[in-house]
Amino acid sequence: MTWLVPLVVILPLLGAAATLVVSRNRRLQILLSVGMLTIVTLVSIALLVIVDAGGTLAVQVGGWAAPWGITLVVDRLSAIMLVISALMLLGVLVYSVGQGIADGDQETPLSIFHPSYLVLAAGLFNVFIAGDLFNLYVGFEMLLAASYVLLTLGSTGVRIRAGTTYIIVSLVSSVFFLGAIALVYGATGTVNLAQLSERLGELPGDVQLLLHAALLIGFAVKAAVYPVSFWLPDSYPTAPAPVTAVFAGLLTKVGVYAILRTETLLFPGGQLSQVLLWVALLTLLVGILGAVAQADIKRLLSFTLVSHIGYMIFGIALASLSGLTATVFYVVHHITVQTTLFLVTGLIERIGGTTSINRLAGLLKAAPLISILFFIPALNLGGIPPFSGFIGKVGLFLAGSEQGGWLVWVVIAAGAVTSLLTLYALMRVWNMVFWRGKSELEGYTSPMLESLQETDEATIGKVQSTTPRLMVGTTIVMVCLTVSLTFCAGPLMDLAGRAAADLLDPSSYLTAVLGGGNG
Amino acid sequence: MSASLTLLVLASVLFAVGLYVMMERNLTRILLGFLLVGNGVNIFIFLMSGRPGSAPITPDSGDAAGLADPVPQVFILTAIVINFGITAFLLALIYRSWWLAQLGEDGDTVLSDQDEDDEDSAQVFEQAHDDDEAIQEALDASDDDDDTPATSTPPHPTDAASVPEAGDRP
Repeated sequence: MTWLVPLVVILPLLGAAATLVVSRNRRLQILLSVGMLTIVTLVSIALLVIVDAGGTLAVQVGGWAAPWGITLVVDRLSAIMLVISALMLLGVLVYSVGQGIADGDQETPLSIFHPSYLVLAAGLFNVFIAGDLFNLYVGFEMLLAASYVLLTLGSTGVRIRAGTTYIIVSLVSSVFFLGAIALVYGATGTVNLAQLSERLGELPGDVQLLLHAALLIGFAVKAAVYPVSFWLPDSYPTAPAPVTAVFAGLLTKVGVYAILRTETLLFPGGQLSQVLLWVALLTLLVGILGAVAQADIKRLLSFTLVSHIGYMIFGIALASLSGLTATVFYVVHHITVQTTLFLVTGLIERIGGTTSINRLAGLLKAAPLISILFFIPALNLGGIPPFSGFIGKVGLFLAGSEQGGWLVWVVIAAGAVTSLLTLYALMRVWNMVFWRGKSELEGYTSPMLESLQETDEATIGKVQSTTPRLMVGTTIVMVCLTVSLTFCAGPLMDLAGRAAADLLDPSSYLTAVLGGGNG
Repeated sequence: MSASLTLLVLASVLFAVGLYVMMERNLTRILLGFLLVGNGVNIFIFLMSGRPGSAPITPDSGDAAGLADPVPQVFILTAIVINFGITAFLLALIYRSWWLAQLGEDGDTVLSDQDEDDEDSAQVFEQAHDDDEAIQEALDASDDDDDTPATSTPPHPTDAASVPEAGDRP
């Protein structure tokens, strides 16, 4: 079944080409891109089933044997990432189609949007199945180039300004990554991850440390962890809602995924885990303190995004089975919840005409359905039991308590504080935007509020009916997905455990890539 | 592994100069810096290929001695192509931001196709109206002065001002 592996990259790329060709025919374009992503979702689910049952799959592209050719590898972690990101991409695509139909494509000009979106998907999938460092770099560049286009969509002044920051930071981090690849190649003579995992251990300690740090810096910028996270809240909020949702959910997790691979496959043994613990601590605290101070929902969510990357880094730094299990689970949970929250924010923006919490009020009455859609993922992100956020955080804290050490306990404490502050920040949004009556709002009237005042109390839910059904419907499905993570937490945790076991014992990965005995 | 000192110095100089130029707040300079740093990294990758050798085309015997390492060359080629694409995008971005800076507040008003069509057709109507007026005035003029044939003062479609002059002459 190895022929399924390259499909996840090839299909979106073909789809991108096709949607570009038929850019005049919007209906066909929508059909093509939704169809492609649906197929990819099915393929990745099939891959997950196959890999979970039969072990790691490896494809030598073009028949060139492992250390020389391009290798594509799908192990359990890759398969999990493929499935969850394909689901998110599909959901957000349908949402954006709904928005495009409703708005006459003002926000998402379809002719460029669909091809770039599919290239972004191809780049993402390529990163997840890349079996060598250079292919990883190519995947990063594919998704970054597509993300530049998506972030500056429509090229209004605000987006160009925000996009410039994002693009330059990404460029510099890519150059760092490329330089790190050159160093790795110079030191070991290979970029194949499996072969690197054997050869890097033989290098002198200081060389290992240099290579390790060089790779981590490149990935850390992408994952937006503390010292290099300040580009994120400035660049994400200005993009169209679906674009922000995809970026927030998936792009930073690509960095987390790369760090996870680096720490387990390339440099096992936790050489830098003390540094990572400090980074996790600072990411958690600085991120959430930023979120508490924000008055704009999108910026606030961007800051919580940065903050919660800290949880994943914490799990990676623990480098134990339980720690990695919880990290994999948390990545899945965070991707779905963060994406959903940004989609709901898109709905809020449509109804209220703004995302500033000082200018919104009375949404609970005007749009009860959307209030519920916001409330559930908000509680989930804040880590209220029984939601998956709670399960993930408890898993991480338990893994930390097994390990012990004062720094670990400090990070656990910081994690608990972050969880509470996340809840505080999101409940502030809830109180201001949804709970308080419109009469408490002074000095500003949004289009929604005016229409409410005209018709007064009689028309509860009238505003809601003007938002496109497709957008609301997609968001409902996404919220159901986040909730279903809670119901499926047991099997999912087991799956994450098997993925983490694979990560800690790379022998199956090495056998799949390099073949039986010639490693 | 032996490395060429010249290439090492070149790569570091490119890197240093590129990073220095990137510190500016000017987008064009950032682009130039990015190009320099990108080339510096490419040379750096090239350095990592070890000692130079002949073209890496293995004969059938499979004797690889004395050949250059082809893998870094592949990396460089790929990196050059990627840099090329990104440069094209950055140029478009710079052009757009320059345009926005020139237009100021109006920069953000993007006309849709519909609006542009409306504007075009409005212009066409205006011109057609001007033309009609000019022809009418030319006809009036020719009525006033029978000696002047109407053809001698052809109504200029875009320059309506010339026609009243013809009419004023008598």
